[in-house]
Amino acid sequence: MQALYAQLLVGLINGSFYALLSLGLAVIFGMLNIINFAHGALYMMGAFVAYFLLNNDYLSIGYWPALIIAPIVVGIFGMILERTMLQWLTGLDHLYGLLLTFGMALIIQGVFQNYFGSSGLPYAIPDQLKGGMNLGFMFLPIYRGWVVVFSLVVCLATWFLIEKTQLGAYLRAATENPTLVRAFGINVPRMITLTYGLGVGLAALAGVLSAPINQVRPLMGADLIIVVFAVVVIGGMGSIMGSIITGFALGVIEGLTKYFYPEASNTVVFVLMVLVLLVKPTGLTGRAA
Amino acid sequence: MPDTAIAEARAKAATTGGNILQVRNLEAWYGESHILHGINFDVNAGEVVTLLGRNGAGKTTTLKSIMGVIGKRTGSVRFNNEEIIRATSDRIARMGIAFCPEERGIFASLDVRENLMLPPIVRAGGLSLDQIFELFPNLKERLSSQGTKLSGGEQQMLAIARILRTGASFLMLDEPTEGLAPVIIQQIGHTIARLKKEGFTILLVEQNFRFASTVADRYYVVEHGKIIDGFSNAELAANMDKLHAYLGV
Repeated sequence: MQALYAQLLVGLINGSFYALLSLGLAVIFGMLNIINFAHGALYMMGAFVAYFLLNNDYLSIGYWPALIIAPIVVGIFGMILERTMLQWLTGLDHLYGLLLTFGMALIIQGVFQNYFGSSGLPYAIPDQLKGGMNLGFMFLPIYRGWVVVFSLVVCLATWFLIEKTQLGAYLRAATENPTLVRAFGINVPRMITLTYGLGVGLAALAGVLSAPINQVRPLMGADLIIVVFAVVVIGGMGSIMGSIITGFALGVIEGLTKYFYPEASNTVVFVLMVLVLLVKPTGLTGRAA
Repeated sequence: MPDTAIAEARAKAATTGGNILQVRNLEAWYGESHILHGINFDVNAGEVVTLLGRNGAGKTTTLKSIMGVIGKRTGSVRFNNEEIIRATSDRIARMGIAFCPEERGIFASLDVRENLMLPPIVRAGGLSLDQIFELFPNLKERLSSQGTKLSGGEQQMLAIARILRTGASFLMLDEPTEGLAPVIIQQIGHTIARLKKEGFTILLVEQNFRFASTVADRYYVVEHGKIIDGFSNAELAANMDKLHAYLGV
């Protein structure tokens, strides 16, 4: 039984990263109509920025400040990408955005791989989150528990921002009809830039959270992003709550598959994606266009 | 300044009848299609001016060009003596022009309250929610409904109501009666009359001439992207034959 609970925990942790990343993708797709293939590379950048902040002789900034600073830095980098490149794709077919962001991902990953190689760089767990707790039925590493809880809080806060606030109403309305929203006096281009920054910042946050668990590697995002796209497709493109629930649920399903039938653990998400596409092509919580 | 005082000031300004909008040689394009070929007209403060014309004449494009939501436009549009032909639509809205589109533009992902509260307040003097519910009591009962679940008439009321909150004193209404039942058309007519009384200036696009004649002070006839005629409500009877010929009725 201990092994089952351990796999459940691993599933929840992976689910946390899936949820944070797919949430960012859903926000970006909903607002910009762009399938952001650079998301994995930006997740990796979050981890690297945290790594630099910690290991720079002048800065030596630890985990807690990095948790705030790295997403902001990468978010600003994302906003520059949106202003200089992505904004020109407005109104064009999805394919152009996909190709451009795929190219961006290859360039960003290539630059990091050129300087740091492919092996992982260690990132220490902060002292406050070291060790573990014996829950009786399993041993819970505190850092992993923190990742699950913090990710859930960030996901719910993002959902609240988009679904329950005036700013979120602007975002949802601009997703449907940006021209009319702008004619109401709202600066939609600026809002789009900030939304891309928010989505990218969430990816970078996942990267910082992941750094102590998965090590910091140039290809850490490339390994994850395909699964995350499957999560977004299953949840429904552009659906915020769908992305959160599906992210955590698929992490757990993957973990359970590792316990019951390990051979299928790497493919179970894709099998589910195919089944969902056959039964409900818009995803579990997605709306028809 | 309290809202009532602002409304009184607006009504007073409207009675002076100063020129609020001047459109000169306005041309507009949808891609390669040249739609407007030099539109010229004026709107005075406190007036209800109606653009009449057949389908495809360029009435809606005129409103969209004034609002800045058409990609390519040239000429001159002056609002309160300020040139806005190169301004973005969000800036134009913040200057005090509000636009209610023909397709109503109710957002499916927002409930009625969110739709109503969506346009930001651009200046003081807009109607309060209580005043809006007094004008459109149906909306108060449907606040938590999804915007697009409302009937056509209720959606039109919502589309008008939400721009009244903003404080904009110049309203552009694009075919507000299209596809609505006579009783709803009558209610919208009462609303426009009341807004006029409160000092709002309204530029109306209508195909329903019978409706327009109950609210308008002046008319311009648009054909092939140009203003081809214009007359006041007092001159209406004398121009009926000409008008029937223009509109093909």
